[in-house]
Amino acid sequence: MSALEFVNVSKSFGDVNALSNFTIALEQGELVSLLGPSGCGKTTALRIAAGFETSDTGSILLGSTNIIGLPAHQRRMGMVFQSYSLFPHLNIRDNVAFGLKVGGVPGDVRKKRAEEMLDLVRLSDLGHRMPHQISGGQQQRVALARALATEPHVLLLDEPLSALDAKIRVEVRDEIRRLNRDLGVTTMFVTHDQDEAMSISDRICVMDNGVIEQIGSPRNVYNNPATSFVAHFVGSINSLPRGNTRVLIRPENLVLATHDESAQWRGAVTDITFVGAFTKIAVVLDNDKSSVSVLAISSQIDHNIAIGKNIGINEEIR
Amino acid sequence: MARTGILSLGQSDPKGGSHTRTPLQRFQLPVKFKPIGLVPFFGFVGLFLVWPAISLFRLAIQPTKNSDISAMREAITGDYLDSFIYTIKLSLLTALLGVLLGSLLAASVLRIERPKWFRNFMTSFAGVAANLGGIPLAFAFIAALGTQGLITKMIDYFGVNLSDAGFRISNFAGITIVYLYFQIPLMFLIMVPAFNGLRASWSESAASLGAAPWQYWRYVGLPLLTPALLGGFLLLFSNAFSAYATAYALSSGGARLVPVQIRFFLQGNTITGKDNLGYALAAWMIIIMLITMTGYLFVRRRAEKWQQ
Repeated sequence: MSALEFVNVSKSFGDVNALSNFTIALEQGELVSLLGPSGCGKTTALRIAAGFETSDTGSILLGSTNIIGLPAHQRRMGMVFQSYSLFPHLNIRDNVAFGLKVGGVPGDVRKKRAEEMLDLVRLSDLGHRMPHQISGGQQQRVALARALATEPHVLLLDEPLSALDAKIRVEVRDEIRRLNRDLGVTTMFVTHDQDEAMSISDRICVMDNGVIEQIGSPRNVYNNPATSFVAHFVGSINSLPRGNTRVLIRPENLVLATHDESAQWRGAVTDITFVGAFTKIAVVLDNDKSSVSVLAISSQIDHNIAIGKNIGINEEIR
Repeated sequence: MARTGILSLGQSDPKGGSHTRTPLQRFQLPVKFKPIGLVPFFGFVGLFLVWPAISLFRLAIQPTKNSDISAMREAITGDYLDSFIYTIKLSLLTALLGVLLGSLLAASVLRIERPKWFRNFMTSFAGVAANLGGIPLAFAFIAALGTQGLITKMIDYFGVNLSDAGFRISNFAGITIVYLYFQIPLMFLIMVPAFNGLRASWSESAASLGAAPWQYWRYVGLPLLTPALLGGFLLLFSNAFSAYATAYALSSGGARLVPVQIRFFLQGNTITGKDNLGYALAAWMIIIMLITMTGYLFVRRRAEKWQQ
């Protein structure tokens, strides 16, 4: 039995189909990302699960119970929003204890539990502070602690990292992954950032225009994209001519062949970008002028490669 | 009706405003001349607030000829004390009802999403109604609810006589109803931005944490609205406390309100030897407003503790 299951959930806003026959099952303890561009329906799916949006058709099963008619406050879904969801008039500890308070847990018990939860996100010394006195990253960690304090059936995360700086984003991301593993809480994570989805998820559900394009492990989605949309949205990809068709090849699966006269493709180097361990080389193909990018290991780049030089490119044989 | 100024309500954007400067901000005086910018403000306050108040108090505490007790003492005894109690009761009641009904009105109007023009219509209407007062409003109510009023006659047709039931447009209940006509829209205007300041993510967070709607309002919504509610209450109280023309016209000058009493002295109808009693009544009104204001600041600071 799955922990959370969407069965043929559809929702339209006026003429727009926000979600069409959305069907996915999350296993107990699994972290699944809903990944897609804005307007793809990922947030709508999450909000329907939380009970903030109604679906037109379909059902949502929590264990074996259909929760579609249940009001949000009876669903026991912990939710974390993009930002500013801490109650501004309560200190950090009272924010974390809020769910226990409305659930009728006695004062001393909830205080102890709040301390434990703050310990879990390593913010135990900030309990007396007010939300505006702590940083954005700390606020999101508190929001996580608050959502987890009531031991929800499922944790729903709606772009929780989007408002944070790059460095803090990675920190909080790792925190989410750690909490998911340590507590075994089934987690649904909505994001438009493919790197985020790749690094955190057990499985990724790629969506576009309210429809699921592919569900699979990060490795699977990246290496065997089911559709052209997935190939383009997850990671970067080159489209190269082969015979009368075109093939999609990732930049790291192309190799430079400086001296190979019989290379599969030839083109002129237009740009070289050094990004540390790797170097990105942009090439314009001779035959159809399409732009191709090749990701090569920096230490293996030979000095013959320079802007304007004509080089060969082959698909890496693995 | 007196306007006590614009209250700063709603939440400021925690991310702060944009960094582009307005033309006025780009015009900067050298630092040592900067205090010059405050001259108009202090000039205004001094000329129209401090100086009149001081001269009023000076006149009010002058010893009264042919009298054993001072004007300040007499202004809070007998009929004058009754006037103060009557005025404060009327102000408190219309402020409380205004806060309650105006807030409920704002909450329900904000829930209505269609038609889209409705919300703007209500805001514009409230803006007009909140500023309608004095003789025109009194006349409108006399025409509707007076002894010969249209509604009075209509109700009479169905066998209910308002006069027999003890209702007069000029008595306490009547004045209360008329005051509510501008008190409710005024509170509505205060509460619309305050309600809009409540983020959807707060109520949704509360719900996802298991809070039923009433628990959200009890533990999150109301505490966050308290500063706006308190500010609104004070504004409505002072609005009613200083209102004069409406009550005067409704009662043909017979209302027992303190502002109407002061007018009696202003007109020169001085009872021999009591010419500074009018000043004393006005001085007591200022004192009551000062006490209310201090109380308000104290309570508001407690309610906003979390913002500092």
